[in-house]
Amino acid sequence: MTAQRVVVDPVTRIEGHLRIEAMLDGKGTIQDAMSSGTMWRGIEIILRDRDPRTAWAYCERICGVCTTVHALASVRTVENAVGITVPPNADIIRNIMFLTQYVQDHVIHFYHLHALDWVDVVSALSADPAATAALAQKVSPHWPKATTGYFSDVAATLKRFVDSGQLGIFANAYWGHPAYKLPAEANLMAVAHYLEALKWQKEIAKIHTIFGGKNPHPNYLVGGMACAVDMQSDNAINMERLNYVKGLITQAQGIVENLYIPDLLAVASFYPEWTTYGGGLGNYMSYGDLPQNGIGDPSSFLFPRGVILDKDLSTVIEVDPTDPEQIREQVAHSWYTYPAGTEGLHPWDGVTEPNYTGPKPPYKQLDENGQYSWLKAPRWRDKAMEVGPLARVLIGFASGRDEFKEVVTEALGRLKIPAAALFSTLGRTAARGLETRLAAHWLRAEFDRLVANIKAGDQRVADTSRWEPATWPAECKGFGFTEAPRGALGHWVHIKDGKIANYQAVVPSTWNASPKDGKGQHGAYEAALLGTPMADPKRPVEILRTIHSFDPCLACASHVFGPDGEKLAEVVVR
Amino acid sequence: MSSSGRPKTTYDVLRAHGVDRRKFLKFCTLTAAAMGLDVSLVPKVVEAMETKPRIPVIWLHGLECTCCSESFIRSSHPIAQDVILNMISLDYDDTLQAAAGEQVEEIRRKVIKEHPGEYVLAVEGNAPTNDGGVYCTVGGDTFLNVLRETAEHAKFVVAWGSCASNGCVQSAYPNPTGAKPVHELIHGKPIINVPGCPPIAEVMTGVLTYVLTFGRLPELDRFHRPKMFYAQRIHDKCYRRAYFDAGQFVETWDDDGARKGWCLYKMGCRGPTTYNSCSTFKWNNGVSYPIGSGHGCIGCSENNFWDNGPFYDRLASIPVPGIEATPDAIGGTLAIAAGVGVAAHFASFMVKKGLDRSRGQDTEAEE
Repeated sequence: MTAQRVVVDPVTRIEGHLRIEAMLDGKGTIQDAMSSGTMWRGIEIILRDRDPRTAWAYCERICGVCTTVHALASVRTVENAVGITVPPNADIIRNIMFLTQYVQDHVIHFYHLHALDWVDVVSALSADPAATAALAQKVSPHWPKATTGYFSDVAATLKRFVDSGQLGIFANAYWGHPAYKLPAEANLMAVAHYLEALKWQKEIAKIHTIFGGKNPHPNYLVGGMACAVDMQSDNAINMERLNYVKGLITQAQGIVENLYIPDLLAVASFYPEWTTYGGGLGNYMSYGDLPQNGIGDPSSFLFPRGVILDKDLSTVIEVDPTDPEQIREQVAHSWYTYPAGTEGLHPWDGVTEPNYTGPKPPYKQLDENGQYSWLKAPRWRDKAMEVGPLARVLIGFASGRDEFKEVVTEALGRLKIPAAALFSTLGRTAARGLETRLAAHWLRAEFDRLVANIKAGDQRVADTSRWEPATWPAECKGFGFTEAPRGALGHWVHIKDGKIANYQAVVPSTWNASPKDGKGQHGAYEAALLGTPMADPKRPVEILRTIHSFDPCLACASHVFGPDGEKLAEVVVR
Repeated sequence: MSSSGRPKTTYDVLRAHGVDRRKFLKFCTLTAAAMGLDVSLVPKVVEAMETKPRIPVIWLHGLECTCCSESFIRSSHPIAQDVILNMISLDYDDTLQAAAGEQVEEIRRKVIKEHPGEYVLAVEGNAPTNDGGVYCTVGGDTFLNVLRETAEHAKFVVAWGSCASNGCVQSAYPNPTGAKPVHELIHGKPIINVPGCPPIAEVMTGVLTYVLTFGRLPELDRFHRPKMFYAQRIHDKCYRRAYFDAGQFVETWDDDGARKGWCLYKMGCRGPTTYNSCSTFKWNNGVSYPIGSGHGCIGCSENNFWDNGPFYDRLASIPVPGIEATPDAIGGTLAIAAGVGVAAHFASFMVKKGLDRSRGQDTEAEE
């Protein structure tokens, strides 16, 4: 094998448009990598001069896969700017919608976006249904569909589908690649559960519909939520609606505990080598979320806030996203220009001037020494950071939170691997599952909290005292955030005379998929690919495994405009 | 995986999947019902499913947020699995495709080459046209080129969602990338616009199954929208319409009217100007829709809705069938009524009477 460059474009089973170029040495090991976001929409520019109360809807359209997260960050941002504290019910309903999104999104990611990196669909054809049923019963004793008849039906479905000659989304993939290690029965079980999860995901989404009217893209409201609560009304959140939500939560808990987690651990047990690849940066950041005492009290968050550096779990460092010294974005390798002499800018002072310097399409390759992405390179104290499930789980674990320690310790014990194994591709994929367990549990806890608060006589869902822009200061700034399923998400707004003067977002996939910065430090995707051996560079399963472990979401990758509405500043959204 | 022979029909595939004829007929009946077809048309559905091979579909993604794909897989009748495995052959789709990179682009080229004039092009998102289209590239080429190349030999084009049909959020002022909807870029091809951000899941699968069943495009209005799903305003069939007619409105969020579920018109609801099926089908298998959960409609299936004024601003005029009443006129009626000491419900009655009359006129006009 000679040294070569592998290009994967489009990277599929993600949201948006991502291109990966990897440079391999003569042994087929990745020596250098480039992550390029190949779309830009400029939503933050579009937000200028608009009514801040409507910003959530524009922002929500940044992404329809992680729907709700930008809407949530946006209403919090505007509330922060104009000084609104939402009623407890609104915080709790938002938490329920947030957790619904986690459970739905993470399960879809595992089965429909990531599983085919580990599961060989063709191999499933040779599985013995009886043996598959035995395996399934062993893996998950409480999941009812684990009979020989059930798996015979699934196998027959699969066989006839393949025999039809129309392979649809499964065509021309990497079946039979030496990197696939599952026995046929495990593959058949996973294919069956791919279909089960596809059927189920539309159910959990109904929680968004109940509170927000639709999914994708449910409605939010600056000041609280629009779904009135009234136990005496047949036309509000009432007992019937609450019972509906409760049933969906119970169903979701069953899916997580009896389908997702058992499958995750079963698949993981066949790929121990992937606890040694894909670790990457070793720096992790979380803004925290799930307020129990209002968004102004981070100590009450169920997901704690913090930074971990160099895989050091003994120390969790404080993070302040409003501190201009901490978060800055660079553009050395991005298709933007900054004023001369500027290296990095805090989102408050950001500038977004698109300046495409890449090759004229159609092109074969990008230049790793030049600018090569529509994503900027956000850095925390000049360090590249990884955000997302692994960051949250590690920060929760390192912060000494019992719930995190419990799920992490149990999973490590069952897989018989040390904590250091978490710093890997598989660790990232496992962390997503572990936090989904917590999310399903918290979903019920938040539901109970909502009922308790209503029972205590509080039916309020919105504070409208500052709904009218006339009640706002002539000029104000706000910061809002959430922990999106893919990681730390921040929005910054500057409001003047009741209108948006500047709006900026720095989104999770910008952190993770960022290109190199001015010092040549790789972003998280790039760093995670280094050192990974590829068995067959023409069929890039290994690259897909690591990139998918981050759950890329590229639509958010846009930029915004400047501080006083004068210059284009920037917002990175993904 | 080998590829062998002629594509099989939906019935072949279902039968092969262990579905017996009785179940198959039931499936056809439900499909017909989902499309609002009379029971007498069920045999046509059966015939279509029995004789037509699965049609190849190329599903492209441009500048978008993937909410359309997410909505599509929320469909409850038919469920996404049935559509993907039994009804169409989803040969190219960035979001669900197992293969990536060169392997997936190879599939796209192969479908174009082997099935010219036979495959359906489904487009989610739109194409940036500024600066040579560099704001969205796929496989190293501009999405604009990919779209044109794929559309050239397509049987017809389905423009999913508001991005592809109208432009949606990235084409809102000042449209930094010059994003344009499909119908402004592709000419000489039948295009079905299925607007909404996203469209309702069952509307998406309903459009596809209609075409598969009847072998022709649904009847389209002048904006290329299927009349079967976009002929009526949300307001026309809103379950809160009675409160509008009675003059009972939510005045501020979370007020008594909000808890009673009164009309959201004064909170900016765009139901009166928005053509969509939300108030009839509702969302996520009939669970609710925006108005049903207390927030006004933001008009997401209408052309240029992002630039039609802040969506919390009350509509300047309320189109009701047959007349264009201004809210001021209605408010004026109420004010005068109140001013002379007439009970509010009498004013409501007057408004209602006026609306009834206008509906009558509308009917006559149609006749």
